[in-house]
Amino acid sequence: MAHETPTGFKRWFMSTNHKDIGTLYLCFSLAMLFLGGVFALVIRAELFEPGLQFIDPHFFNQMTTMHALVMVFGAVMPGFVGFANWMIPLQVGAPDMALPRLNNFSFWILPFAFTILILSFFVPGGAPAAGWTLYAPLTIQGGMSVDMAIVAIHIMGVSSIMGAINVIVTVLNMRAPGMTLMKMPLFVWTWLITAFLLIAVMPVFAGSVTMLLTDRHFGTAFFDPAGGGDPVLYQHIFWFFGHPEVYIMILPAFGIISAIIPTFARKPLFGYSSMVFATAGIAFLSFIVWAHHMFTVGMPLQGELFFMYATMLIAVPTGVKIFNWLSTMWRGSMTFETPMLYSIAVVFLFTIGGLSGIMLAITPVDFQYHDTYFVVAHFHYVLFAGAVMSMMGGAYYWLPKWTGHMYNETLGKVHFWLTTIFFNITFFPQHFLGLAGMPRRYADYPLQFTEFNQWSTIGAFGLGISQLLFVYIIIQTVRGGEKASTEVWENPEGLEWTVPSPAPFHTFEEPPVVK
Amino acid sequence: MALTFLSAFTLRKHINKALSYLFLTAMMLYSTIASAKYEYDLPEQKTQIGRELTDLHHFVFFVCLAIMIFVTVWMFYSIFAHRKSRGVEPAKFSHSTFLEVLWTAVPVLILIVMAVPATKMLIKMEDTTKSDITIKVTGYQWKWQYEYLDDSVNFYSSMSTPREQIDQYNGKVEQGENYLQEVDNHMVIPTGKKVRLLLTANDVIHAWWVPKLGGKKDAIPGYINEMWIRADEDAIGTYRGRCAELCGKDHAYMPIVVDVVPQEQYEQWVAANSGVASDQIQSTAQLSNKKIQQTVVSAQ
Repeated sequence: MAHETPTGFKRWFMSTNHKDIGTLYLCFSLAMLFLGGVFALVIRAELFEPGLQFIDPHFFNQMTTMHALVMVFGAVMPGFVGFANWMIPLQVGAPDMALPRLNNFSFWILPFAFTILILSFFVPGGAPAAGWTLYAPLTIQGGMSVDMAIVAIHIMGVSSIMGAINVIVTVLNMRAPGMTLMKMPLFVWTWLITAFLLIAVMPVFAGSVTMLLTDRHFGTAFFDPAGGGDPVLYQHIFWFFGHPEVYIMILPAFGIISAIIPTFARKPLFGYSSMVFATAGIAFLSFIVWAHHMFTVGMPLQGELFFMYATMLIAVPTGVKIFNWLSTMWRGSMTFETPMLYSIAVVFLFTIGGLSGIMLAITPVDFQYHDTYFVVAHFHYVLFAGAVMSMMGGAYYWLPKWTGHMYNETLGKVHFWLTTIFFNITFFPQHFLGLAGMPRRYADYPLQFTEFNQWSTIGAFGLGISQLLFVYIIIQTVRGGEKASTEVWENPEGLEWTVPSPAPFHTFEEPPVVK
Repeated sequence: MALTFLSAFTLRKHINKALSYLFLTAMMLYSTIASAKYEYDLPEQKTQIGRELTDLHHFVFFVCLAIMIFVTVWMFYSIFAHRKSRGVEPAKFSHSTFLEVLWTAVPVLILIVMAVPATKMLIKMEDTTKSDITIKVTGYQWKWQYEYLDDSVNFYSSMSTPREQIDQYNGKVEQGENYLQEVDNHMVIPTGKKVRLLLTANDVIHAWWVPKLGGKKDAIPGYINEMWIRADEDAIGTYRGRCAELCGKDHAYMPIVVDVVPQEQYEQWVAANSGVASDQIQSTAQLSNKKIQQTVVSAQ
């Protein structure tokens, strides 16, 4: 089956090869990381001082909305799909994804979705400005950009669902002989569960935004109180999607960390089966905790209690994961290459984000934290330090396999330290801002919040600029460098380390046998 | 190489200059930090519920801090002791049923310890019965309306910070002490009374929040939400809060100001403002000035 490797347009635009599509996804994700990052820097620049210095509040709201939409749907989700495309066939010993044409399609509709979303800046009234949660009735007031965002979200949803179907079919049907489910690498497991979450909730999100669309244009009143609709209903539907969505963005990160730590601790992953069950447990719980995002909407006491208890329970499987990673490191023989540094930082910082999550789960105190910068700090500790930094660690870990070259270790470490330090300067003070009483999504603020906002802005610019180094390192590694061996690291576990570096265009045409 | 082109004198001059800049920057940084008023915690509460809530916040925080310290010590000990450069051979173990059960069970117990006080607290907070005063609060883009349902006091409250202090596109303008925290008509409540707030909105969702008077609640069009406040007997003063739910362009510009006054002053304020239009509302400060004048007159 030795086909010639296509080149140029045919290779990149008509590709059905999981590695090339994976690369496309990863490049797209990196580009969106920078776009969303620029939006974040506009926000932080405006918040450096009280008063309006650069932009007006309406544009500020467009920035917060678009920052979140681009980061969630453009950077984090496609980033993980990129990792899935590259690594799942290599890790289960399959020649490609099960549905290669679908794979091509699910990637190539994404740039169109984002073009529509970004073009919404140029319609009258500018981009959507009601927050990424698109709460009604504020979104009903929005201009035609809201409709464009809805269309874009539909396309992204279609893309995600197709990607998820592809993962499930590949994992369930194309594993190498001998690779039973309980022998799969944890990254494959976490992605399999993530894929089920995607299929379960993306249609719900599509439904909620479609109802929004008909409220806006076709005379329905699902959410519009002026016609007897219910704004809180929107929030229930949105967060029924939104909470599993949070785990869609973190479970594959857990998978990457579970691959990296054993390699550099030179010791097998501790508690493999409890890791699998913990992932499934988190996925199940994600469906019954949604209303903790809306404790202040005035739910009945019983409802608040239920969602408080259910939310607190998530700490249990998450704790299992943290302790298992620490036990994997325990009595290992550790070295601290860039991927390992990232993994350690993810475990540490994600624990901070997880613990502030427990604080937020406690309903009565959430009445103080809700909709403040405490929440902003919390979800950046789990989303940036959890999801994005695990992808960076994963990129350093597998880059030699993808490119055939070792990255520059010194530069990698410099990038790690800059990212970690600036991340904390940016987001740690936001805990204090929230407790002191600064609400989120504020274009301007009273004077007592100035100092911590300045720390945060300085940190954000450092964090943003440091990522240029990341791009430089990637380009440098793609272009050349020390040749990577087949194993790359010292005795790593997994089928991906049995194929040459760089992984040839076609791998596992003969299925490997797993003992 | 550079030394051959630079005389020792100019080099020293450059170093001196650099050092003095460094010193200046350090001084500036130091003075910024020293003069800054950093707040690290919830503000001091002026209601019993607020204080209990802060205690619960501290309890939960310290439990979380203890867990964080445990994880940190474990991890950094491992990083220090179990590194390849110290020549350790990796162990072979990959599971332990006892440990895995242990760290499933212990967190459950810790959670129960946190859930019990949280449940009690929540039940107390959600009990809006037996209130003394009911005020209907309506959110608008971008102001608040206060209707005292037991009396006929009814007025709007809009931000009074002048636009010139906000727009700084053409350079810095001095901002007042209560920048974005000042309104034309203050809401007034008496000390020691259970004040029930009925929250709703007229356009989009808002949220009413005064941090020192406890938690927040959403004001949702088509809904009437309830919350209550009982300010301490010694809580006399002015408390400032803000809208906490994104409500459009001027979300940051619809502050809340509450005057907590003794009962008799409250009654006087209600009497003076019953049936009065928003632009005629007299503040408690204006009224007490008048009262002082009257007392002075009658004493004479």
